[in-house]
Amino acid sequence: MTSTEALQIVVLLLVAAGAPVVVLIRQPVRQVVALSGYGLMLAILFLVFQAPDVTLSELTVGAVVLPILLLLALAKVRERDK
Amino acid sequence: MSDVTRRWVFFAAIAGFAAFYLWGLTGLPGFGNYPGPYGLIINKIAVEETKATGVVSAVNFEYRGFDTVGEEFILFMAATGVSVVLRHLRGERERPGLEQGLGADEPATSDAVRQAALVFVGPVLLVGWWLASHAQTSPSGGFQGGVVLATAFIMIYLSGGLLTFRRISPIDLTDAVEAAGAGGFAAVGMAALFMSLPYLYNYLPLGIKPGAVSSSGTIALISFFVGVEVAAAFVLIVGEMLEQTLLRQGEPAREDTR
Repeated sequence: MTSTEALQIVVLLLVAAGAPVVVLIRQPVRQVVALSGYGLMLAILFLVFQAPDVTLSELTVGAVVLPILLLLALAKVRERDK
Repeated sequence: MSDVTRRWVFFAAIAGFAAFYLWGLTGLPGFGNYPGPYGLIINKIAVEETKATGVVSAVNFEYRGFDTVGEEFILFMAATGVSVVLRHLRGERERPGLEQGLGADEPATSDAVRQAALVFVGPVLLVGWWLASHAQTSPSGGFQGGVVLATAFIMIYLSGGLLTFRRISPIDLTDAVEAAGAGGFAAVGMAALFMSLPYLYNYLPLGIKPGAVSSSGTIALISFFVGVEVAAAFVLIVGEMLEQTLLRQGEPAREDTR
């Protein structure tokens, strides 16, 4: 097994472990932070599978923009609940 | 249906699904084995044909550029949809006191966040611009560059607040820039028609040296327009949502839906 393959397996396991973590966190704000970290993990996954362009997309959309939109939506919901 | 029966129905269904799924997996090509000829051909001819060393960009903006036009307009329509859904509704009031600065009930942003965000604005703008303008030479492109450029605007919001964000990206201007980006892509393609060439034909000089920033003809130009469109679209979406969250309060008047 080459070192690349070892790295790929490690990252695959991390991603597989990360998905349930995101789902099992029940507090929305913390869930968004976990989702952001999960996006970062996915980006690394794409990188070790030699897809740097997809890495960049996932990094920007999954780890940055999507959490921001979710946080804004949560802020709006929270304000309505007040 | 009782809980027990329901559970057994579920188990039967999941077992059937798992069987089909595993059966399907056995028919897949081996890990890392690519059976199709298309990618191999592209890898062989793309650099020579387009003078772009970023072959992914060559595929996105040239070989299947027509698909990318469609994707471009998906994002365009999504941003338009957000603007329409979050427009100023009847019965919504602007939160008072915002003209004098941010709402008094908003917790102040800590100095650490403001400073850090401010420090990042310049580098992020540079990286975004580099990504959007180097699609032809590196694994990047207008989409990634555009999103990174948009995050620079989000940093400005973090360090300066909504009013600063709005001052540097007024909705009308952002709208216009987004339209110009989306339209620019379509226009680059249309220009080929006026030269009696196929839509999106790469009619610009390709350059001689593969990997030079000025190489690859329309690929670089299209990537630039995509970057402009994507940056404006994301600034527009985030801006609309920021306004909805921070500025407006009150239930919208219920419109009669009969």
